[in-house]
Amino acid sequence: MARNGHGGWLRRGGLSLDHGPLLPTLLLLPSAVLLGGLLAFPLVLGVLLGFKDATIGSEGSFIGLENYRYLLTDPVFRITALNTALYTLVTVLFKLALGLALALILNQRFAGYRFWRSVLLLPYVVPTVLSAFAWWWILDPQFSFISWALVKVGLLGQNINFLGNAVLARGSLMVANIWRGIPFFTVGYLAGLQAIPKELHEAAAIDGASAWQIFWRITWVLLLPLTTILTIFSAIFTFTDFQLIWTITRGGPANATHLFVTLAYQRAIPGGALGEGAAIAGFTLPFLALLAWGALDALRRQE
Amino acid sequence: MSGIRRRTVLGWGLGFAAGRALAQTGTTTGTTTGTTTGTTTGTTTGTTTGTATGMTTGTATGKTEPVFRPEKDASLRLLRWSGFVKSDEELWNANTKKFTEATGVPVNVEYITWEDVRPKAALAANLGTGPDIIMGWYDDPHIYPQKLVDVSDVAELLGKQLGGWYDVARTYGYSNRMKHWIAVPVGGTVECLNYRTSWMKEAGFDQFPKNPDDLLKLFRALKAKGHPGGFALGHAVGDGNNWTHWVLWTFGGKAVEKDNKTIAIAQKPSLDAIQYVQELYAQMAPGVGSWLDPNNNRAFLAGEIGLTNNGISIYYAARKDFPQVAEDINHAPFPIGPVGRPTELANFSQAFIFRYSRFPNAAKEYIRFMLSPDQAGPWVDAMNGYVTPALKQYQTLPVWTKDPKTTPFRDGIARMQHNGYAGEPGQQAAAALAEFIVLDMFADATVSGMTAKDAAARAENRLRRIYRG
Repeated sequence: MARNGHGGWLRRGGLSLDHGPLLPTLLLLPSAVLLGGLLAFPLVLGVLLGFKDATIGSEGSFIGLENYRYLLTDPVFRITALNTALYTLVTVLFKLALGLALALILNQRFAGYRFWRSVLLLPYVVPTVLSAFAWWWILDPQFSFISWALVKVGLLGQNINFLGNAVLARGSLMVANIWRGIPFFTVGYLAGLQAIPKELHEAAAIDGASAWQIFWRITWVLLLPLTTILTIFSAIFTFTDFQLIWTITRGGPANATHLFVTLAYQRAIPGGALGEGAAIAGFTLPFLALLAWGALDALRRQE
Repeated sequence: MSGIRRRTVLGWGLGFAAGRALAQTGTTTGTTTGTTTGTTTGTTTGTTTGTATGMTTGTATGKTEPVFRPEKDASLRLLRWSGFVKSDEELWNANTKKFTEATGVPVNVEYITWEDVRPKAALAANLGTGPDIIMGWYDDPHIYPQKLVDVSDVAELLGKQLGGWYDVARTYGYSNRMKHWIAVPVGGTVECLNYRTSWMKEAGFDQFPKNPDDLLKLFRALKAKGHPGGFALGHAVGDGNNWTHWVLWTFGGKAVEKDNKTIAIAQKPSLDAIQYVQELYAQMAPGVGSWLDPNNNRAFLAGEIGLTNNGISIYYAARKDFPQVAEDINHAPFPIGPVGRPTELANFSQAFIFRYSRFPNAAKEYIRFMLSPDQAGPWVDAMNGYVTPALKQYQTLPVWTKDPKTTPFRDGIARMQHNGYAGEPGQQAAAALAEFIVLDMFADATVSGMTAKDAAARAENRLRRIYRG
């Protein structure tokens, strides 16, 4: 409709925008200005800041790669890099597997399936800060209902110290992140599953394929492009997770749960080391760029 | 529905993902801005715009002449931390209204969560625009002293009239760099050790310990009786920083020497303090490694722990909801170790005026007015001991004696050392505190199981970086 319509009125108005680069340029201009002004410009400023020793009180001077060099020797930064990698890898894997499993179940027509589909979205719909608070209580060393229940039924002698040591704290935060991120995969996969023509499954079944064969040879293969995209987007969100960590541990205990963004925030804003904070954020750029490129590439291949 | 093609659905899924991505850009690209707003939830704006100009207030004190004459058509904006008790903001607003009635200067008071004041103040300093007056914390004014109005006249006048400033208040308000006062000290949210009297007696103590060794014995005995003590070792901005600085300092340790350059944290006194904390940690309630500021309050109120460090908030929460617990609570100053003098740290607030303000005189007059006895007296009384004023005369307020359990909070400012001791207040000291360097040194040596030496070495490395150049 749009195509027919605009050709008509534009020509009647005496404008010949149909040909040449003018129309696309004009149409793209608002978004280019918006993205350039609100994203690209601050991004460039941020990168430049990473090459300075600026603090909140002073402009600072250009020091080249000194911030980056220092960070590579900083044990807290190294733990943070390891945390971020581990946190992203582990949670995305689990979110993908569990999200897909749930999608396969919810794709069946059973009594009340619509209800369960909407229930599933809840972790995703609740604002992260709120769910983080809920998790904070669930993981509380004194008042966790999990600990309470296990102690009550006699399976445990004392409360679980969910956030009080490095290993458990990392694990607990991952569980919270997985809980929150599963619906993203499930919803994506549900959509993907419904788009697979039934005939394919029926034909395979008639040919005597087992349920596993149907899933592995047909469903999974047809879902692969979607998987790439869901994984990349999920990796980007996880890599830059802030609220969950900041609400539940603030990067503690003893800096064991910092991710790049929480460490960058702690050092730059309350700590005032703007240059160093920007450099920490700078370390995330190559990874994010790679992921973004992967997402774009996958999209292109879909076209 | 069955007619939908695969690509359509894929597109829908992508649209969903893209929407999420867009929604997340706040946190993805601008980590800093996105998150600050996330945490600034409780922003309330209490506006007090007095319309009456030059009215006589009719109060008994009715001072008519302002000491600092406000500029013509002046109006003020104040940014301060939201009250820890409701009565704080009520009284502050009422006093502000009185000021407006007396001077004709309208004042817009904005309250934000206490931890969000620092970034906002820094923003105002950097941009050169924002509130005329900010009530900030700790080292804030020393981070950008050149951008602040010289308030020596207000500070000296108040000091002369009201019994003088505590030493630590002067350190926080006076800039050695600028050679004048850059902020008017307001007061501190003093912390004490909160304990259950009956449990302490059960543990065999008639009096609260006065030195660290006895405190350790009390911790042991309390744990044996099933009422362990606990101090936060997670990233608890208030409680965690306060007790760990006390213990470092009371053993004679310090982050930096007086020259504000030489890092001194990896020396013997620190190692003694760390060893002490390792022993103490073994007697603490499980989970202190994850405690943030609210954890000890609720654990104490629920009877899970018998001893912790806190402001007066636990006591007042108990008086409201658990009267029998309140009956049993008492407070004591932190014990004194080898260094032989009190070495407490507490959140300390002062008011400063930015040079970009068009109404510095009105701002000075407002600060003077609000900290004068007719206003500050009822204000401090109404806060029930949450904030201990920085002027000595306010020791005599009824709040400190009408309930003896508040008395230990009265002298908290006198027991304080300034953040960044033995160096100077400033950006470096602020950074060290914000990054939990001292707190994490103790957490490394307890929660993470590092040796005292390694933990101190790690703290030293980071401090070297912070205090470089």
